[in-house]
Amino acid sequence: MKQAEIDHKTTCYHCGNDCADECIEQDEKVFCCNGCREVYSILSQNGLCGYYAYNEYPGVSQVKAGKRLDYLKEPSIIRELTDYSDEKFTIVTFYVPDIHCSSCIWLLEHLNKINPAIYHSRVDFLRKQVNIRFDTQLITLHEVVSLLDKIGYEPLISLQDVVKKQAFDKKDNLVKKIAVAGFCFGNVMLLSFPEYLGISVYEQSFRQFFGWLNLAFCLPVLLYSSTGYFKSAWTNLKNKVLNIDFPLALGITVLFVRTAVEILTHTGPGFADTLCGLVFFLLVGKFVQRKTYYHLSFERDYRSFFPVAVQVIDGANERPVPLSDIQVGQRILIRNNEIIPADAILLKGDARVDFSFVTGESVPVSKVLGEVVYAGGRQTGEAIELEVVKPVSQSYLTRLWNNEAFTRTQENRVQTFSDKVSKYFTFALLLIAFGSLFFWLPFDLPRAISAFTAVLIIACPCALALSTPFTMSAALSIFDKNFFYLKNTAVVEQLARIDTIVLDKTGTITINGETSITAHIAATETERQMIYSVCANSTHPLSRLICQYLDNYIKISTNNYYEAPGRGITADVDGHFIKVGSAKFVNVMQAETSSAKKTEVHISIDEKYIGYFTIQQRYRDGVTSVHSLSLAYKLFLLSGDHGHEREALSSVFPKEDMFFERTPQEKLDFIKQLQQNGHKVMMMGDGLNDAGALKQSDLGIAITDNVNNFSPGSDAILDGRSLKKLPAFLKFSKDALHVVYISFCISLTYNVIGLSYAVSGKLSPLIAAILMPLSTFTIISFTSIATHLAAKRRKLI
Amino acid sequence: MSIIYFLIGCSVLLALVFLGAFFWAQRNGQHDDLYTPSVRILLDDDPDENDSKK
Repeated sequence: MKQAEIDHKTTCYHCGNDCADECIEQDEKVFCCNGCREVYSILSQNGLCGYYAYNEYPGVSQVKAGKRLDYLKEPSIIRELTDYSDEKFTIVTFYVPDIHCSSCIWLLEHLNKINPAIYHSRVDFLRKQVNIRFDTQLITLHEVVSLLDKIGYEPLISLQDVVKKQAFDKKDNLVKKIAVAGFCFGNVMLLSFPEYLGISVYEQSFRQFFGWLNLAFCLPVLLYSSTGYFKSAWTNLKNKVLNIDFPLALGITVLFVRTAVEILTHTGPGFADTLCGLVFFLLVGKFVQRKTYYHLSFERDYRSFFPVAVQVIDGANERPVPLSDIQVGQRILIRNNEIIPADAILLKGDARVDFSFVTGESVPVSKVLGEVVYAGGRQTGEAIELEVVKPVSQSYLTRLWNNEAFTRTQENRVQTFSDKVSKYFTFALLLIAFGSLFFWLPFDLPRAISAFTAVLIIACPCALALSTPFTMSAALSIFDKNFFYLKNTAVVEQLARIDTIVLDKTGTITINGETSITAHIAATETERQMIYSVCANSTHPLSRLICQYLDNYIKISTNNYYEAPGRGITADVDGHFIKVGSAKFVNVMQAETSSAKKTEVHISIDEKYIGYFTIQQRYRDGVTSVHSLSLAYKLFLLSGDHGHEREALSSVFPKEDMFFERTPQEKLDFIKQLQQNGHKVMMMGDGLNDAGALKQSDLGIAITDNVNNFSPGSDAILDGRSLKKLPAFLKFSKDALHVVYISFCISLTYNVIGLSYAVSGKLSPLIAAILMPLSTFTIISFTSIATHLAAKRRKLI
Repeated sequence: MSIIYFLIGCSVLLALVFLGAFFWAQRNGQHDDLYTPSVRILLDDDPDENDSKK
């Protein structure tokens, strides 16, 4: 208990961060920063401290740069963001990435207590959305968003949400179809039992009654629930493709026709229960296959990375303008941490642009006045003014999205195993069916027709159609537990088929924003202190890194501080003249620097060379395990960054297979080239510069440190922590494919057993009614158990 | 035994009512969010801080 109390004193009451360095106290509670304290005071003023009762430290650290929300006053933007609006009230739905616990739900659903003008708010936890209805007269959208921001739940508003809102609500009736099929299946089973148990002679009128009812129940199944299979079979036939839907549709049709004929002519009970059961199980399989991650988006492009609006300077005043209305020649203002939305010329200010997401360059780039700054970079430092030279959609980066790789439909990239097999399966099925028809035809016409239809019924590949969805969805949930999120079940098969892996460097095998620094300086303690003091003046990322490295010194005053953008800084400390900067700036002979080109900061005191710091990206844990893949796969490194780290990475990648300074377009072309040479390529990347390559590749995996953050459009999203499990993932995907193969064999065995009855023309409805659910049950249990065991073997669970 | 006609009619009718109820719930969006309500039901309007924090 005592330990816990001590912990409470040094951890922030709001977010649980360690706040040993500086503590802000209020109401005997400790906070790590002013942001957290402010959230607390707003909540306590409004009697909402219950927020802290459900979870310890429910908040998210508020140490972050404030964002401008002025654009939310612009009527055209408001119109696009709101779901519904009239004079009385407005409904709006926000995506809030910070929603993570029950306290979040509680607080966001009590917004009404903070501002009564908000009538109603509802949280959808899995989608991380909050739906808010507020009084249009009393509060504006801008005020609602700033309220959310103030209590620590800043909604993420991006251009793509605005554009894509309509496409979001895709109507799908699968659940309704399952409900109808299940309803009919249950009733038909009930009504079929008397037939199987035997109806006595004097109760024959029931037999007809039950038959009619069964037929009536089959109608909605045929006309509503199974329509998808007929449509799919028809479109595939038109395209001259035989997929698994064709024998299914054929089986359903034959089942219905034979049932109808038998009941109408009083010759038998028909196969009503088999028909309803078949459609029901098939639809359930379809439902299982369709796993959705509400909180992830696999279709994001640059629009969800870019802001919604940008400040335009119009004479003396500035106003927010929606990004789509930005025109060439307009003057825009970009502040610290904002993204430059279009290619533009720098007019004013000290531009230090972080392009790591766009080009893969790990260190921010300084730009001089008049230079073109490409869209997608993030300004770090003071506010800058730029003049737009190209429209947003035509800039260096966004042009990539005009490539054909983005317009192509993704469906037919890899032909799945089930597609390949079902072609042969359908041929064999038709062959056996017609064979038995013609075998019996000369002797016995009714028996010939009976045998023909029985073959089509019994061989209807229900279990076959279910083996892939059930295996793959089981595999998907295994991946999911290991923070590897696949877009759909087909991706598992693609994963098993690839033979070449291409990796990006910055952010993919290195961790974004984490660097390691090594000092190669021969300096005394006082000299170190002087270096620290000079660097402490600068906001340049490299200076800050050096300051962090030389942490325990005290700053002494500096004179004549001068900063040459992009080159270095000079200052006088205690009468010594200190220069910190690039090799050229410090006048170092090239021979003195190390041979490999690295990010280096050189230092001289009184024109005497002291040494240098090297700054390196920190690699993820999994890099060594990636190397183990080189036995089975061809590995490539494809980076937009300079080749500083060629040496360091040569232990992982073969030297001739590392490529640096590639533009986004070149990356895409590189993948295309590999594919033309017959390789199945998997691309792993994180930034917008990889977006084209991810799309072009057979399997694009986006790596991210926080799955809620932006990641480019891809087939799968991998949490950076799980990179080390990549070899296990690849092996497991192959295991999953093997499970599918085996379950195909099992269902084929059932088909053969059924066929031996069917070809003789003596198929009783009871056998069909038993065989179909039995094979389905076997397949479902086999696939889930086998997948589970395979995952255990690969140590994924 | 004619009562069977009546009973089966009743049972089918009842099943149809349930199917209708399911359709209504589906259209009403009750199946859109299957997780949050499970948490929401455990939250009070005014939780007592001392009570739930032990």
